Amino acid sequence: MRLTRRYRFSASHRLDTPTLTVEQNRRLYGKCNNPYGHGHDYMLEVTVEGPLDSSGQVVDRGALDALVAGQVIERLDHKNLNADVPELAGAVPTTENLASAIRRTLVNSWTLPPRLERVRISETDRNIFELETSK
Amino acid sequence: MLLTRKAEFSASHVCANPQLSEAENRAIYGANSNPNGHGHNYVLEVTVEGDPDPVTGMVFDLRELKQILNDEVVDPMDHRFLNREVPPFDRVVPTTENLAAEIWKRLAPRIAGANIRLRNVRLYETSDLYVDYGGEPCA
Repeated sequence: MRLTRRYRFSASHRLDTPTLTVEQNRRLYGKCNNPYGHGHDYMLEVTVEGPLDSSGQVVDRGALDALVAGQVIERLDHKNLNADVPELAGAVPTTENLASAIRRTLVNSWTLPPRLERVRISETDRNIFELETSK
Repeated sequence: MLLTRKAEFSASHVCANPQLSEAENRAIYGANSNPNGHGHNYVLEVTVEGDPDPVTGMVFDLRELKQILNDEVVDPMDHRFLNREVPPFDRVVPTTENLAAEIWKRLAPRIAGANIRLRNVRLYETSDLYVDYGGEPCA
């Protein structure tokens, strides 16, 4: 059985890659390249998969919340993704790169009985990115 | 092809195992173990898999699907206290997981045929927590 929990955080970013010219960045990233950055209310879905334990649950909600809050939400919420987040150092903070970084962080710190099945993150409700974790 | 139909029901429950102490239940289920219960607006998404019928162009008759969801889930569970009024939750803790598995058990026999099967039950307890169940062994 799979269980999915939603979390929210707000952060700012600017999309700009140093390997391209000012004009190329402008064309590639559009408004996301505006020099002072901008922000989003991100929504993160964390899906876990496993059998039910003796309490009739796939996962202890409190333990899942504590892990995601400590490893992800507290590190990202009300931060500037370009400046404040070591996991993204050297990477353009696209939501694709953010999803990869979040999955990597969760995989490396995972201590819960069910497996991490996927992470899904939305930047706005029109842009949603999803990464499975291989079995 | 996959077809998903949604249904909603509101119900109250208590998550506590009578074999455990009040403190143990509180440690496991938190505020969900408050003895007099609390409620949710559950949202159910039922996904059926099949090929469109060559005559009707439909995977499954939507009126029939709605009727099945009403018979098996909405009518017996809506505005009920699950622990007291909806077996097996007089003896099974009504976690979202167990509720999804029970809904699967009720629906699967009625959504079965040569070209049709129940593929997934997704049950939202709140907009921030949901369970997906596809009929695999639970424990």
